[in-house]
Amino acid sequence: MSAEAAIEVRGLSKSFGEVEAVRGVSFEVAAGEVFGFLGPNGAGKTTTINMLCTLARPSAGSASVAGHDVVAERDEVRRHIGLVFQDPTLDGYLSAEQNLRLHAELYGVERSLVAPRMRQVLEMVGLWERRGAQVLTFSGGMRRRLEIARGLMHSPRVLFLDEPTIGLDPQTRSSIWGYIRELQQSEAITIFMTTHYMDEAEFCGRIAIMDHGEIVALDTPEALKEGVGADRIRIETDDDGATIEAIGERFGLEAQVSEGAVSFAVADGAEFVPRLFAELGLPIRSVSVARPTLDDVFMSFTGSTIRDAEESGDKLRNRIAAQMMGGVRR
Amino acid sequence: MEGAGAVVGVQVPARSARSELRAIKVVWRRELIRFANDRMRIVTSLVQPLLFLFVLGSGLQQLSAASTHGVNLKTFIYPGILCISVMFIAMFSAASIVWDREFGFLREMMVAPVRRSSIVVGKCLGGATVASLQGVILIALAGAVDVPYDVPMMLGIFGLQLLLAFSITAFGVMVAARVTQMQSFMGLMQMVIMPMFFLSGALFPVTDLPGWLAFLNRIDPLTYAVSPMRTLVFGQLGLSAEAEAALNPGITWFGWTVPIALEILTVAVLGLIMLGIAIWEFNAGE
Repeated sequence: MSAEAAIEVRGLSKSFGEVEAVRGVSFEVAAGEVFGFLGPNGAGKTTTINMLCTLARPSAGSASVAGHDVVAERDEVRRHIGLVFQDPTLDGYLSAEQNLRLHAELYGVERSLVAPRMRQVLEMVGLWERRGAQVLTFSGGMRRRLEIARGLMHSPRVLFLDEPTIGLDPQTRSSIWGYIRELQQSEAITIFMTTHYMDEAEFCGRIAIMDHGEIVALDTPEALKEGVGADRIRIETDDDGATIEAIGERFGLEAQVSEGAVSFAVADGAEFVPRLFAELGLPIRSVSVARPTLDDVFMSFTGSTIRDAEESGDKLRNRIAAQMMGGVRR
Repeated sequence: MEGAGAVVGVQVPARSARSELRAIKVVWRRELIRFANDRMRIVTSLVQPLLFLFVLGSGLQQLSAASTHGVNLKTFIYPGILCISVMFIAMFSAASIVWDREFGFLREMMVAPVRRSSIVVGKCLGGATVASLQGVILIALAGAVDVPYDVPMMLGIFGLQLLLAFSITAFGVMVAARVTQMQSFMGLMQMVIMPMFFLSGALFPVTDLPGWLAFLNRIDPLTYAVSPMRTLVFGQLGLSAEAEAALNPGITWFGWTVPIALEILTVAVLGLIMLGIAIWEFNAGE
């Protein structure tokens, strides 16, 4: 495959009415890369993916996927991408096999190749034995696996996965990650995915952290974690407000309350804990020290944990939904 | 190009007229597969036309015997029932677009590298085919209402049903582009279909109607499907000129009798206009 970028995005924006869902994002994804888009619900991940998949028109900026412009060469882009949406898009009344055949025909896959390709993708997701069963009888995890198989039916150059593991049990989640790694090795394919599970973002080659419609950080998971350069200490106290104040006064550190505990970053956590007990002068109920995680990365860039951000993000999402509803009625 | 040889790589061809035809076929065939899987629908959608034909037809016969010139009322309303039966089924076919949107499948079709017009055309052709297949059952009942089994007549009926079902599906798809909730869609369709049925003259001859009813009858598109259907069926009955004039007078516009061909053309043109609007609406949506 050529060294040219699989996805190139320049100043891409999308507004719904007066709500700016995506505010001028720019990035590149190399061919063969597994690229993750990380952020809370409502951060603009799905809107970005929709623009890259030609499902939504950018308000400003440009993007090309597999070497084709998403606005000017819509059909060329569509020929080369596979899509797995957050919400199911299978025909429940048809069998797994019928769903895949329909997809292959819609995309014009050469007839003689449909059967072997179908067997290959169905075996990969472990559904070959169930190919004749109606999709209605499938569990949520099986449906998602079938959607992934379908997205691969026409050998796309770029596979878009929008929250592929949302709402699935841990076992199915890990097997879906197994397929993604297998795919990366066996087929020349670029994978672009969104997730709001921090632990899953670790599997990506590079991740972009998105918050309030903007990319706030973009690098490999390791580099991002190193960038935080600190361990995270979480303490439970009787008076969080007083504790935060005391930490500021005594140690010159900035602490926040998140998920019911006071947390702050220090260069060396293990060394700091004895000082904390000796000098804080306030009762501490428990303490924990953790190496930096992507959660901390997220926190260091956005000032809140992904779960806290999610709550405010939901409000934005509702506003966008309300705007869109209003827009349709003209 | 591929690695260990295990991977079956496939190519998606560039878009062409052929790929559009293929897309139409795919969508059309899906309608047929789903119809074949849904035996319940085949049975339930027959109930209403059969009720009209045999219960209403036999019941009202007692009242109307004097003025039908010896023609059984069941026979008289048979052409109208042939029309209404395909209407109901075509409406259900169009409703599947609303389901498809609700269950997400519409999205799968919308992102494929094909024109949306192909998807809409495939849907309308699928609805028309399914409805006409159902119509065959009613054609088979001709003997039960004293209509002889004449092959050209039966083919003609089939063709008319196909055309009518196509136009009704196009109408339904046009509505479904805007109305995204199943309940609203069904309610709206009932609200349109039932008056269309009653005004069309499917149950009564269109001569000497009160002025307001005559007007509504002439602007009802279904009128132009019922009239050729009736002409086709009555052609086999050997009616007296007097009976023909009373029961199948033909449609007049300000005293001018509209030729059958123009009536059929009216149905076709209306269907195409609605198809055009449906395509435009689906293209406009993101």
